[in-house]
Amino acid sequence: MDLARTEVAPPARPRSPHRGSVARLGLMAVPVAFFGVFFAYPVVAITVRGLKVDGVWRFGRIGDVLAQPDIRHVLWFTTWQALASTALTLLIALPGAYVFARFEFRGKQILRAVVTVPFVLPTVVVGTAFLALLGRGGLLDELWGVRLDTTVWAILLAHVFFNYAVVVRTVGGLWAQLDPRQEEAARMLGASRFTAWRTVTLPALGPAVAAAALMVFLFTFTSFGVVQILGGPTFSTLEVEIYRQTSEIFDLSTAAVLTLVQFAAVGAILAVHARTVRRRETALRLVDAGATARRPRGAGQWALLAGVLGSIAVLLVLPLAVLVERSLDAPGFGYYKALTRNEGSLFLVPPIEAVGNSLRYAFAATAIALLIGGLAAAALTRRDAGRLGRLVRGFDALLMLPLGVSAVTVGFGFLIALDEPPLDLRSTWILVPLAQALVGVPFVVRTMLPVLRAVDGRLREAAAVLGASPWRVWREVDLPMVRRALLIAAGFAFAVSLGEFGATVFIARPDNPTLPVAVARLLGRAGELNYGQAMALSTILMLVCAVSLLVLERLRTGLRSDRTGEF
Amino acid sequence: MLKLKGATVRFGGRAVLDEVGLDVAEHEIVCVLGPSGSGKSTLLRAVAGLQHLDDGRIFLDGRDLDGVPAHKRGVGLMFQDHQLFPQRDVAGNVAFGLRMHGESKQRQALRVEELLTLVGLPGAQGRAVASLSGGEQQRVALARALAPRPRLLMLDEPLGQLDRSLRERLVVELRELFAELGTTVLAVTHDQGEAFALADRVVVMRDGRIAQTGTPLEVWQRLADAFVARFLGFENVTGATVSGEAADTPWGKLPVPSDTTQGEVTLLVRPAGVRLVPAGEGLRCTVAARTFRGTHVAVRLQPEGAPRLEAACALRDAPETGDEVGVAFDAAEIVVLAGVAGL
Repeated sequence: MDLARTEVAPPARPRSPHRGSVARLGLMAVPVAFFGVFFAYPVVAITVRGLKVDGVWRFGRIGDVLAQPDIRHVLWFTTWQALASTALTLLIALPGAYVFARFEFRGKQILRAVVTVPFVLPTVVVGTAFLALLGRGGLLDELWGVRLDTTVWAILLAHVFFNYAVVVRTVGGLWAQLDPRQEEAARMLGASRFTAWRTVTLPALGPAVAAAALMVFLFTFTSFGVVQILGGPTFSTLEVEIYRQTSEIFDLSTAAVLTLVQFAAVGAILAVHARTVRRRETALRLVDAGATARRPRGAGQWALLAGVLGSIAVLLVLPLAVLVERSLDAPGFGYYKALTRNEGSLFLVPPIEAVGNSLRYAFAATAIALLIGGLAAAALTRRDAGRLGRLVRGFDALLMLPLGVSAVTVGFGFLIALDEPPLDLRSTWILVPLAQALVGVPFVVRTMLPVLRAVDGRLREAAAVLGASPWRVWREVDLPMVRRALLIAAGFAFAVSLGEFGATVFIARPDNPTLPVAVARLLGRAGELNYGQAMALSTILMLVCAVSLLVLERLRTGLRSDRTGEF
Repeated sequence: MLKLKGATVRFGGRAVLDEVGLDVAEHEIVCVLGPSGSGKSTLLRAVAGLQHLDDGRIFLDGRDLDGVPAHKRGVGLMFQDHQLFPQRDVAGNVAFGLRMHGESKQRQALRVEELLTLVGLPGAQGRAVASLSGGEQQRVALARALAPRPRLLMLDEPLGQLDRSLRERLVVELRELFAELGTTVLAVTHDQGEAFALADRVVVMRDGRIAQTGTPLEVWQRLADAFVARFLGFENVTGATVSGEAADTPWGKLPVPSDTTQGEVTLLVRPAGVRLVPAGEGLRCTVAARTFRGTHVAVRLQPEGAPRLEAACALRDAPETGDEVGVAFDAAEIVVLAGVAGL
């Protein structure tokens, strides 16, 4: 019924303006303004600076840069490693999503947080952890003499490590709320267990899988820290190349061209995604997530659970364990103690202060991302046909762009664009949360939108007929139902800003470093003490993330017991 | 009180509601009856403000509702599958409309208590919606719709999902309740039994248009056309040529009342007008099927080379399937319909 209605052109009657549309445009105004000022403006500013030399446009540079064989090699590598990483991540993480959605087992809550921790770790740390695991003198080298750091496998595995949570959270979150009786209905109609899954559950999961795959592809396409560490001289992605051109060679014009290329590529990916996902988020039958999970039955299911737990242990826990082990490699917590001292000229403050900075920034960034993303999701929920519908879908894709645009470019753009009145934010602390929120908003929208769209439209109508204005409808009907998604979104936004590195490294002030920035600075220095301190600080970051995520998990389970916000 | 003038809704060029005109008087219970896809739900949605009119006007108490959003129309709508808010308990659902209208907590509680008593669920305030049976959900949905004292209460297939005995009981309760409260009601249903039991006036819809309107008795006695007749369950509809007091039909020459229109017409033979006579007399038929209907047996008869006929007969007189019988017709139960046969 809803689908049928979207095909219909909006009745054009001048006497009665389409109130809903006006309201929706109003909701969209705030996110649009936010992205205009804090995203489009800085990115455009820096691109213009790279391509306009002495007041003259140098578009010829684009052709020159793209003709270079090493740039072509970078483009090719960026694309195929992203595809391979996405495929590998889906292959390994989809069974995990199933297990988390449908099985009940001891320690599930903690494991869910454990799985999410890698996602929030600074890329540099992950790169180093995998180097310690797979590189020279690493664990595999010690045990079997196997080294993978010279192969692309190190990068792919690190990408799986990073993005496992994206798939488990995005797909598993919806999977847990799908009514298992739909599958049972298919089985009663003669479908085998697999056919029932393929014809009923898979299509319902389709949008979530597509969303997750898109995210993984974007992250790996724009991968920075991991490739920086593990790629060596052989493998380089666009983002690494942009960073190299910007901060090492100071070739702003090549960086600008590469930024444009990345932008175009991401735009194309998002356009394709918008086409495939459109109209696939049909109203789903959602049920209480707690009611769909049960203990595994039979050897096959136990084997699946064991396989998933095993893959988590090897791929996610082992690198973290190596990280912790290294941080403790000095007697009497030596590396940790060193963090509280302000030694040398590396920092203006003791490194440990980065913890407070990171948390403060992350709270602010989460608040901003929830506000902007929440408004955007509300505006995108009800899709109308016609011109407005197209506009809304365009807006949908626009929101994803920050994920694809080089964080390095955004950070550098902030520095050169937001430093003069009326927008002189360079000296204010809000600059860092603003940049971090840019990356958080797409998560908020992506997490909330599928759930919002799956809310039965007639519940909203029921509320409207009982006298609820559109705003009250959102507050009374949508909000309670998406509270869970909202919390997940908040967790994502918080995690993203805690781990954000590419942009923050440019704009965080020397006396207010965030954790990832401090880690990178320590890693950039030679010496065992610096390396050890980096490991120790990373371990602290990991713990901060783990604790915040555990709090979030508790919040979620708490919600379940008081019955509100649940289906 | 409610007035529709030329109300039209088009979905992709197809008129789902085609220039519908309708009046509902104060305290009247009007039931729109029609098969699925006839546009009856769209009619309710248009009045509620959930569906934009492509053409025409809707007036409530003389006020043009054009441009008035759903939440400001002051009409109640009970949804087909109730659409109770799953995250609220019974009291939260019933009080929802009162909260939206800014009633005080105290008055909300009083009204909720009053309404739950009214619908026969006293003390159910704290119950979770998920724990309610179908009939209880229906009662809560009714209480929720009634709570803000809507000027017009609309019901979309109010009893659609309930089992038969519950439905029959509730329809009587609803009618008594609405009479007691003096509520103006516009209901839609595809179930003729429900419509006839509930309504002061029945409106039969077909393809977005009103096919017939009248009291249940009027509709039943003076069927407007072949569509209404078939929709109400009458099978014996055929084209015929009337001359004098006889009509030429596939079933042979049938007697008709003397004042019948002459020429090409559409005839309905009510099942009671198909009398079974011993084999060899009248029209020769084979019994194709028989269905026990509680008070009588519906017998499906297959004449040679003619459409099937339905007859109603008492249980003890009913022939067995496969029996050969004869059929005679009763002029008093033969009605001329407007419209074209075969629809």
